[in-house]
Amino acid sequence: MELLDLSAVELGTAIREGKTTAVEAMEAVLAQIEQKESLYHCYVRVDREGALDRARAVQKKIDEKELSGPLAGVPVAVKDNLCTQGMATTCASRMLENFVPAYSAEAVRRLESAGAVLIGKTNMDEFAMGSTTETSAYGVTRNPRDPQYVPGGSSGGSAAAVAAKECFFALGSDTGGSIRQPASFCGVVGMKPTYGTVSRYGLVAYASSLDQIGPLCKTVEDCAVILEAIASHDEKDSTSLQRTDTDFTAGLVQDVEGMRIGIPRDYFGEGLDGEVREAVLKAAGVLKDRGAVLEEFDLSLVDYAIPTYYTIAAAEASSNLERFDGIKYGYRAQAQELHQMYKTTRSQGFGPEVKRRIMLGSFVLSSGYYDAYYLKALKVKAMIKGAFDRAFEKYDCILGPAAPATAPRLGESLADPLKMYLGDIYTVSANLAGLPGICIPCGTDSRGLPIGLQLLGDCFQEKKLIRAAYTYEQSCRE
Amino acid sequence: MADKITDETIEYVGILAKLELAGEEKEQAKKEMGRMLDYIDQLNRLDTSGVEPMSHVFPVQNVFREDVVTNGDGSDAALANAPEEKNGMFVVPKTFA
Repeated sequence: MELLDLSAVELGTAIREGKTTAVEAMEAVLAQIEQKESLYHCYVRVDREGALDRARAVQKKIDEKELSGPLAGVPVAVKDNLCTQGMATTCASRMLENFVPAYSAEAVRRLESAGAVLIGKTNMDEFAMGSTTETSAYGVTRNPRDPQYVPGGSSGGSAAAVAAKECFFALGSDTGGSIRQPASFCGVVGMKPTYGTVSRYGLVAYASSLDQIGPLCKTVEDCAVILEAIASHDEKDSTSLQRTDTDFTAGLVQDVEGMRIGIPRDYFGEGLDGEVREAVLKAAGVLKDRGAVLEEFDLSLVDYAIPTYYTIAAAEASSNLERFDGIKYGYRAQAQELHQMYKTTRSQGFGPEVKRRIMLGSFVLSSGYYDAYYLKALKVKAMIKGAFDRAFEKYDCILGPAAPATAPRLGESLADPLKMYLGDIYTVSANLAGLPGICIPCGTDSRGLPIGLQLLGDCFQEKKLIRAAYTYEQSCRE
Repeated sequence: MADKITDETIEYVGILAKLELAGEEKEQAKKEMGRMLDYIDQLNRLDTSGVEPMSHVFPVQNVFREDVVTNGDGSDAALANAPEEKNGMFVVPKTFA
């Protein structure tokens, strides 16, 4: 049994059956990190001693039958914008280089109560702003499938850590595709649940109306199990939903007979790479062979998703990031006077992409432009939501690519921000409309880079997505 | 439409955002923001008259709770992250001369 090849659920089973232990699993992961990390740089922080201590403590509880869940003893990596009590949480920014949270994010707390064992914190784009993990203040992460390429972003470290077997699964956050796109680029499974399903308590806010936490993992089964563990109603997050249907593992059924799958023509038009199109349509064919009913349709408004998204996200970011003022935590520049201290602190603490979005957001919210930009974007958001509502009257899920192309080479993206933003075309709508979306691997291009299949569902329909994704994944294994 | 981004605009936005951009950074910001706003301007092709702005996808209302402290006194832990503290308080540079 090669431990590192096991999925999270397989490892959890092996630990419960006494075939291995939480400590052996952690030692295997730490050895892999030791070997691979200098090349890939998935983590900003690995807490070796703490991880082993936690693994021993969890194993003791497993031995004493206090812990018996599917994730008990399984090592997990957490994106560095999720607060971890006593462990620095930097958002890959100089601004928070010394910040040690006094509490853990609710999603992290829930995983730890389920017995998952924290390894460390993964690299990301600074404050989750970016699509390549190159805006991190602590260096780039490389794509484990080919280190000349980016892992995607902003949860690039989490996706890469799963792909490099430097963890058994990871948490990420998705504001405009930041779980699904790196999952696509690294060839792993990633899911953004319906807005409000996972508490955002302890997630450092980027754009609060769009942010959701979700899993990055090896299999659809892992995805369902992890999501089931982290989903909760939480009074500490006022947008948290009261759901009674979070038994996501019930969706692990190999059956898409009669499932109506819509394929938006507007997702397969100009700008989509030929090899990506071919792989995604081939995957659609697999589902059709299993009994799904495929139909092409016009989703409409697709071109408006990115300008709408960047307006709203930048506006919320400019407001959310006002808290970084050098007073209560984080970096502080020396200055004689208070306002000068604010300005110098923020100018030195934030990187270029973060400043770009704060500036844009401050502009679209400023008096005189608020109606023309911010309010306009909120109206278009309503129209986009309406387009999805109409689509889901006809379809159980919508199938398409997660990104227009496979991973770009390192160093190619940041010079042209607008071009980089356009790469988010297939993912941002799910955030605007609050929809769940899953990305699963569906082949590779001629360079060997992974291609991701994205399935979008109506709000609360994660189980349909899991059912379709699971059926596809299992069909490919037969 | 990018011509609306003048030096004065960048200066003003810098004040709102509490960011101080150096000379070259300012030029770059002017160019990039202008380009981004030109791109965003395509939203004007859509007729949104009669459309209600949507800030939340679900009809969530204000969520209230009783005003009771449940998380205890975390002041020491909170102050531990302060760049500068004194006698249980955050220290800031002088606020007026």
